[in-house]
Amino acid sequence: MRKVVVYRVVVVAGIVAVLEVLCLTGVIDKITMQAPHLIVRDLWRMLASGRMNAAIAKTLNNTLAALLLALGVGIVAGALIHRFRGLRDTLDPLFATYYAVPVFAFYPFFIVVFGLGDTPQILIGFMLGVVAVIVNTLNGLDRVPPVLLKTARIMRLSPTDAALRVTLPAAAPHIVTGVKLAVAYAFIGVIGSEFILSRGGIGYEISFAYTNFENATMYPLILLILIASIAINALLSRWEARLLARRGLR
Amino acid sequence: MTGGQVRLAGVGKVFMAGQPPAPLRALGPLDLELRPGEFFAVVGPSGCGKSTLLELIAGLSVATEGAIEFEGAAIGGEPPDGIGVVFQDDASLPWLDVASNVAFGLRRTSLSRDERERRVRNVLRMVGLADFASAYPAQLSGGMRQRVCIARTLVMQPRLILLDEPFGALDQQTRLLMGDELLRLWRETGATVFLITHALDEATMLADRIGVMSARPGRLVDVVETRWPRERDSRIVERAEFGAITARLWKTLREESLKTLGQAGAGAV
Repeated sequence: MRKVVVYRVVVVAGIVAVLEVLCLTGVIDKITMQAPHLIVRDLWRMLASGRMNAAIAKTLNNTLAALLLALGVGIVAGALIHRFRGLRDTLDPLFATYYAVPVFAFYPFFIVVFGLGDTPQILIGFMLGVVAVIVNTLNGLDRVPPVLLKTARIMRLSPTDAALRVTLPAAAPHIVTGVKLAVAYAFIGVIGSEFILSRGGIGYEISFAYTNFENATMYPLILLILIASIAINALLSRWEARLLARRGLR
Repeated sequence: MTGGQVRLAGVGKVFMAGQPPAPLRALGPLDLELRPGEFFAVVGPSGCGKSTLLELIAGLSVATEGAIEFEGAAIGGEPPDGIGVVFQDDASLPWLDVASNVAFGLRRTSLSRDERERRVRNVLRMVGLADFASAYPAQLSGGMRQRVCIARTLVMQPRLILLDEPFGALDQQTRLLMGDELLRLWRETGATVFLITHALDEATMLADRIGVMSARPGRLVDVVETRWPRERDSRIVERAEFGAITARLWKTLREESLKTLGQAGAGAV
């Protein structure tokens, strides 16, 4: 195991150990937080019982929908915006300030328009993720070596072929950064929306448990979100590292 | 001017440059004819329009005056079939292995999969990369990556190969050896080769004819016939004529290079 991984494990284990001690000694009382070993135990029981399966499936489905929408729209929009200089000049300042806009402020509006179904949550996840994908796609396309574009022309590729076989693969390392951000934003958007006003999903269940002082449900669900985020991020980072290593960039 | 594979008549290129934009003549007017199967090299001072000339012949750029023909058909801003280009910059596709890089252009052809694979194998053997088919460009040296690009061009079996300082980034020894390989490939393929280079010795060693370009706007001020035998390699540098030809090139080029040095800001139409 690499040294840095060992340090990482030690830091996490240290934090967990400190929390365990604080909970067991009563410094943190039971109403505030469960001891970490109890959180793990309750998560295991929860998953084994299957009582949260519907909520987990709903959140994952909505996150996946928001992510796919953000990737599809973001990459295509990025490629189109890159092609038209005027459009780029118009939109660049908006992208730069986009994340200053609290996207959740649109949630009530989406509920009025789309109702209490899944659509508002997917839209919030999409809105948070799409600009990260567009901006990173643009960054990647800006850095495609001109010689590769000339090569595509010499090979007489159609514009679509050139985009799919040369420019987008050349921009891939930057696009992957956009994908990583979009995954995080889709999670935040969907779970955050479920907190505000929803009839299901992990966010709703956490909110419900919090309101009813059900720590045995709330903390295991928070742990579940943490594990899922870290696992997905680790997978994407591995993919990114492989991509960069193949290109001699790492 | 008939019988040439490539024919340029009164070709020129004028760019709009500066603030406020003003026309800037980068090239020509220039006449040139490439004979089928010959090795033609172009030397000239920096910024004289050598690469612009190559891009015009390749169909990557459009001439603002004159006409360019390839095998009797006009070239007008779209690369015609039958022309391959090797650039100075590394143009290997880093996400594909060597074999896939070489096969890249074959996918749009109607060749069978077996035929495509056969061609890739042959070309890889030709450029000495048969053992590196599954390697990625990042795992190769600069010279090997350039050979991947040459192989990718050769596999399309072009009738005209345009080379824009393909060995510019390589050390002197590797350049000489790559020159030998290029001569061998030229003989084996029978293609016409048009080489842009800064290096006078490289041009003298490789070419049947060498065009010397003037300072910007680039025009051909001399065309030197080397009269080397087709079977030749880098040992030709030992011949007395080699020095004489290189000296003649330098004599013309020196005057033009001096003009370039004193030209700052000049060149407006």
